[in-house]
Amino acid sequence: IMCASAKYNTRGPALIPRMKTKHRIYYITLFSIVLLGLIATGIFQFWPHSIESSNDWTIEKRSVHDVPLVKLPADSPIPERGDLSCRMHTCFDVYRCGFNPKNKIKVYIYSLKKYVDEYGTSVSNTISREYNELLTAISDSEFYTDDVNRACLFVPSIDVLNQNALRIKETAQALAQLSRWDRGTNHLLFNMLPGGPPDYNTALDVPRDRALLAGGGFSTWTYRQGYDVSIPVYSPLSAEVDLPERGPGPRRYYVLSSQMSLHPEYRSELEALQAENGESVLILDKCTNLSDGVPAVRKRCHKNQVFDYPQVLQESTFCVVLRDARLGQAVLSDVLQAGCVPVIIADSYILPFSEVLDWKRASVVIPEEKMPEMYSILQSVPQRQIEEMQRQARWFWEAYFRSMKAIALATLQIINDRIYPYAAISYEDWNDPPAVKWSSVSNPLFLPLIPPQSQGFTAIVLTYDRVESLFRVITEVSKVPSLSKLLVVWNNQNKNPPEESLWPKIRVPLKVVRTAENKLSNRFFPYDEIETEAVLAIDDDIIMLTSDELQFGYEVWREFPDRLVGYPGRLHLWDHEMNKWKYESEWTNEVSMVLTGAAFYHKYFNYLYTYKMPGDIKNWVDAHMNCEDIAMNFLVANVTGKSVIKVTPRKKFKCPECTAIDGLSLDQTHMVERSECINKFASVFGTMPLKVVEHRADPVLYKDDFPEKLKSFPNIGSL
Amino acid sequence: MQTRKKYIFLTLLASWLLLFFFGGDQLRRFAFFSERKAESQRNWPHWTDQSFLKSFADPEELQSNGDPSVLSPRERRAAQLSIYKNSRCRMETCFDFSRCEKHGFRVFTYPRDRDQPISESYSKILTSIERSRYYTPNPKEACLFILSIDTLDRDHLSGQYIHNVDEKIRGFPLWNSGRNHLIFNLYSGTWPNYTEDLGFDIGQAILAKASFYTESFRPGFDISIPLFPKDHPQRGGKRGWLYQDSVPPKKKYLLVFKGKRYLTGIGSGTRNALHHIHNGKDIISLTTCKHGKDWERHKDTRCDKDNVNYEKFDYQELLHNSTFCIVPRGRRLGSFRFLEALQAACIPVLLSDGWELPFAEAIDWGKAAVVGNERLLLQIPSAVRCIHPERVLAFQQQTQFLWDAYFSSVDKIVHTTLEIIKDRLLQHRSRSRFLWNTLPGGLLALPHFSTHFGDFPFYHLQRGSSPSKKFTAFIRATCTAGSLSQPILRLIQAVSGSQYCAQILVLWSCEKPPPPSGKWPQTTVPLTVIQGSSKVSDRFFPYAAIQTDAVLSLDEHTSLSTSEVDFAFVVWRSFPDRIVGFSAQSHFWDAEQRRWGYTSKWTNELSIILTTAAFYHRYYHSLFTEYLPVGLRDGLAACEDILMNILVAAVTKLPPIKVAQRKQHKEAVLQQVGHEDGDAGTPLAGEWSPSPAWSPPAKGKGTAGGRHFSQQQDCLNQLVDWFGYMPLVSSQLRLDPVLFKDQVSILRKKYPHLDKP
Repeated sequence: IMCASAKYNTRGPALIPRMKTKHRIYYITLFSIVLLGLIATGIFQFWPHSIESSNDWTIEKRSVHDVPLVKLPADSPIPERGDLSCRMHTCFDVYRCGFNPKNKIKVYIYSLKKYVDEYGTSVSNTISREYNELLTAISDSEFYTDDVNRACLFVPSIDVLNQNALRIKETAQALAQLSRWDRGTNHLLFNMLPGGPPDYNTALDVPRDRALLAGGGFSTWTYRQGYDVSIPVYSPLSAEVDLPERGPGPRRYYVLSSQMSLHPEYRSELEALQAENGESVLILDKCTNLSDGVPAVRKRCHKNQVFDYPQVLQESTFCVVLRDARLGQAVLSDVLQAGCVPVIIADSYILPFSEVLDWKRASVVIPEEKMPEMYSILQSVPQRQIEEMQRQARWFWEAYFRSMKAIALATLQIINDRIYPYAAISYEDWNDPPAVKWSSVSNPLFLPLIPPQSQGFTAIVLTYDRVESLFRVITEVSKVPSLSKLLVVWNNQNKNPPEESLWPKIRVPLKVVRTAENKLSNRFFPYDEIETEAVLAIDDDIIMLTSDELQFGYEVWREFPDRLVGYPGRLHLWDHEMNKWKYESEWTNEVSMVLTGAAFYHKYFNYLYTYKMPGDIKNWVDAHMNCEDIAMNFLVANVTGKSVIKVTPRKKFKCPECTAIDGLSLDQTHMVERSECINKFASVFGTMPLKVVEHRADPVLYKDDFPEKLKSFPNIGSL
Repeated sequence: MQTRKKYIFLTLLASWLLLFFFGGDQLRRFAFFSERKAESQRNWPHWTDQSFLKSFADPEELQSNGDPSVLSPRERRAAQLSIYKNSRCRMETCFDFSRCEKHGFRVFTYPRDRDQPISESYSKILTSIERSRYYTPNPKEACLFILSIDTLDRDHLSGQYIHNVDEKIRGFPLWNSGRNHLIFNLYSGTWPNYTEDLGFDIGQAILAKASFYTESFRPGFDISIPLFPKDHPQRGGKRGWLYQDSVPPKKKYLLVFKGKRYLTGIGSGTRNALHHIHNGKDIISLTTCKHGKDWERHKDTRCDKDNVNYEKFDYQELLHNSTFCIVPRGRRLGSFRFLEALQAACIPVLLSDGWELPFAEAIDWGKAAVVGNERLLLQIPSAVRCIHPERVLAFQQQTQFLWDAYFSSVDKIVHTTLEIIKDRLLQHRSRSRFLWNTLPGGLLALPHFSTHFGDFPFYHLQRGSSPSKKFTAFIRATCTAGSLSQPILRLIQAVSGSQYCAQILVLWSCEKPPPPSGKWPQTTVPLTVIQGSSKVSDRFFPYAAIQTDAVLSLDEHTSLSTSEVDFAFVVWRSFPDRIVGFSAQSHFWDAEQRRWGYTSKWTNELSIILTTAAFYHRYYHSLFTEYLPVGLRDGLAACEDILMNILVAAVTKLPPIKVAQRKQHKEAVLQQVGHEDGDAGTPLAGEWSPSPAWSPPAKGKGTAGGRHFSQQQDCLNQLVDWFGYMPLVSSQLRLDPVLFKDQVSILRKKYPHLDKP
């Protein structure tokens, strides 16, 4: 404001008219100089790099030591101890979270303060590096809100990660005086090292009333299932050491133990295992004779051999993670990072994020009592399973262990999923490594169902102006017993469809849909008129298919309702010379597509084609007026992972009276275009989803030496 | 003028300089004031000294937090045993694992006491256990014990309430304060507060209870089971109501509820509010006040109008025609409604806070139900409206899968309970959540076989993997003249010629020793002879020698060519979960005799593929041997073919696949036993008998085969009885090579041999 008024004081133009002209020029020059100066100032001051460099001195420079001090009176209230019966529906106030279209909870972070007791002695370290990282991560996430009134979850900035670094009673008092504390309702505390000597409680000892606890060493008796969140004990080594991912497979040692302060009883049991199984078991311990300056935490020793830690973990297939005084161990994080399969020996331990992570896929849990059998138990794990576990272990580390950010966001997501369960992240999203997510498919029609025959199918004929041929198709198709409706998609905007009286009279309803534009994708629109699950797409010149062939096709579709079941088969090939895909319409021994000129499929795929086609394929097809059938083949194969079914021997589809350019042309340019489509689609899909098969479906008794009249489908045409 | 000018000039210069040095900063503050200031508040600050902050624990502390002076692990465990009992039981403190080590997972049921009445439901539970493969009549072998006292209904106002249970239990020498016992319960507590109390001390027994409240649930120890009606079928069970995936998946109504409105007492909070969301269009929420004797005493102004509305809709009709069904708590947390909605593919919207959902240890309910919050009832309509159609479709299918896999019969509910407990015994040999929640479900995916997804036939698509590229030919040879017969030699030659053949195993089912290795033909692939017993079920034993995913099961009399084998294997790779083979039979319902029949006559359909020449996944060997009780397996020795087909169909719910064959096997002799159902033509004479594996071909085909055939009819019915339904599914198609018998040049064909007449 000051600056603004100064600017107005220097405003000259109002004065100028009163001056003499001679002076005016002089003043104008002067003002120009001032103006230039201002601009220069501006440029100098506002230049982007200068903003960055001046960030700290413009927003007040803040150090952790400068945060406000809060003195806690000795008699300030202490919250109740944690309530073991708390569950989301009893201790959590969902009304604070509300319904919102994004289904995201809002998290508020209290500002940082330094708490001291009456005598000025501090209650704890103001904040640790890790807790600062965690709060920064929350603040940068989309969960964050700065509006305390809109918040659903509150995160105190009081650092309770390590119980040994704080004074219990005073920390509790500090919590109790938070502005929205309200018995700890909707408050979330993060703790990684709970308990203290001698009995090492498995949950944070700080009284916290109803607050949720994200804890790093819960036992099944302190963990409130569905309320607390079990989190890992973060290992700061993971930020320090870069262990490149190592491919799965056999490693030098089979089992390795790297923990330094094992109870002598455990150690002797491990040593017994080593004595029994020799070299493949490696038991490491603290190094006793390290030279000065070598950090003891980065070395491990076996007899006189010195190993680098955590690198040595990568040399072993399995790594033992034994409980210590506490259940949660930071070594778990190191082990996962090394892609070593953790062997978890800690009875009653609640594994990190066990609410969502499937630890059976990444670890072997062995009861403490069974330690002597550990070796044989591990040997019963199939080799392929071990490899998958190694990959899985590494993926868990990358996604949920590697940084405080990862830990914080996973914790918030778990709580978010409880509050908006209908928008929760799925098991697959939590547990499948990216490589599996990429290569796997989740079929939208996964339930094995054979739809009842009675519903029948709807035939959809896309037509432009070949009325005569269209009428023949209609007449032929109407003979199929299971046809329940016929839909003609009239794609010609310049011409009206023939009068109603001229249409062939058939036994099923016939509807004509007029389209707004002549687009190929109109054939795959999920019209409301389609009331059956099965759709037969048929071109207006496919007149050679017999009623038996079509009926049989429908029966085959019923057995494979999630596939394209069609008559004209095609193949895609890799052209080694050109290094790209090629379209093949020759009569080969293989099939990877069926053309939708005559094919049955589930109505669901119309919906997918119209609304979920990846990339610009749909528009591209409409613009090129070609390849809608190839696009459909890609779409279905991509989403189901399954091949098409070609039915019956029929291979010739040109009607005798149609000209060569019409219909399924074998014209050379046509082939080039079709090949281009395949390459285009493969690049949009990022993969080649089409599956090549060598079979086609025929009726059970096709060409068998058996009286034709007794066959269900005697009239299956050839070629 | 000059001085004035100078002054002005100087002033300007000074102000310019001032501006330059201070003004920029000020200006900048001004310009960005609102945004910057807010931001400094909005985000967690970047401390200037954040890189100097101390770590939350120093590395030493993290890597060695041990304090060996305190209790040793053994002492600690012993101490826990005494602390964590009864309401704090966990498997490690209250369950004696050593009992399960020697004999494995065996379940003993106490002998039933004639004087003691047992409810229909409890008797079904006991039957289920006795029918399972884990049952043992010998308590010494047992790992788990089930009481014969009916503990299902512990509402002491109920007629089925059994008194003095404590006293009775104490009389059992095996009780051992409930250790390793499993207690089933459906109803606990009574009006007015319906507590979780069972009216007797269950001690350290595992409780399998319906309507479990999370607070009294001992995680990892107790099991929540669904509430099921007393007419719930013993086995098999009715199928779900979803016959096809409809698109769009939305039905006539979006959300429905029809039930009692509690005016007072426990549970009334939710039931009393349900009428608020009724909109008469796509949300139908009907309540009635009529329940209990004195409902009129509590009735309010709504009651009369609601009661009238209530009668206008039919519950079954609503179930069938709604996308979502509200499943609110009743007086207790669970209700019959839950299973009803699940079966009807009406996605349950649960409003039952604190309910430990049935089998939640295994089942991921987030995939099949909307877990609502009683307090947020009014948000439910908008929440379910926002669920995308694709998710609705997936939800609907998942309800059907779960219903069919775990809930449709008492057998399934009880067996799921047992399997969950069994999984806890051998953690490293237990099912991951993926196995439980993916078709065909946990009961049919045996972790004992493998814990690796790729080893099973069903998960390739979901995991982006594919079955192995080679197969093992498995030939069962019975006693012939002592030397190798011509057919088997030809068969070995043909099979070993296949490019996909990894090895040949010959199961020598004969008392005579197999011919010395010199007598066997020279093959390019390894040939191993396994000495088997004469038991027929041996042919499906999971031999360790079978290393490939695919098994080509053969009989010494089977005649196949290399190209037939090649083609069938290529087809099998597309359908690794099914049986792919050559000779087919089909089953049918004989309405006259009211029983199932099957025919090997040529028909237009097929539902059974003979395992004398078929590809299937080696997992089915394990399933065959482990899944079925020994008694059933050995008792039906004569129809292991049908048993295998039924088993695979029960897993896949799909028909087997028949592939093209060069020469059709023909069948004639058995027509006298085949049912004249009129769907097959005159069988043609031929040389083939359906079961050469178990009847030496030297014997006359007529009578021996005939007896055998009727035996098979019997066991078909026996099996249907055991499964509780007919698992076989018919197919009308056969898979042939793309150019099969087409009039194109033989040179173009990959499998020309198949075309030859």
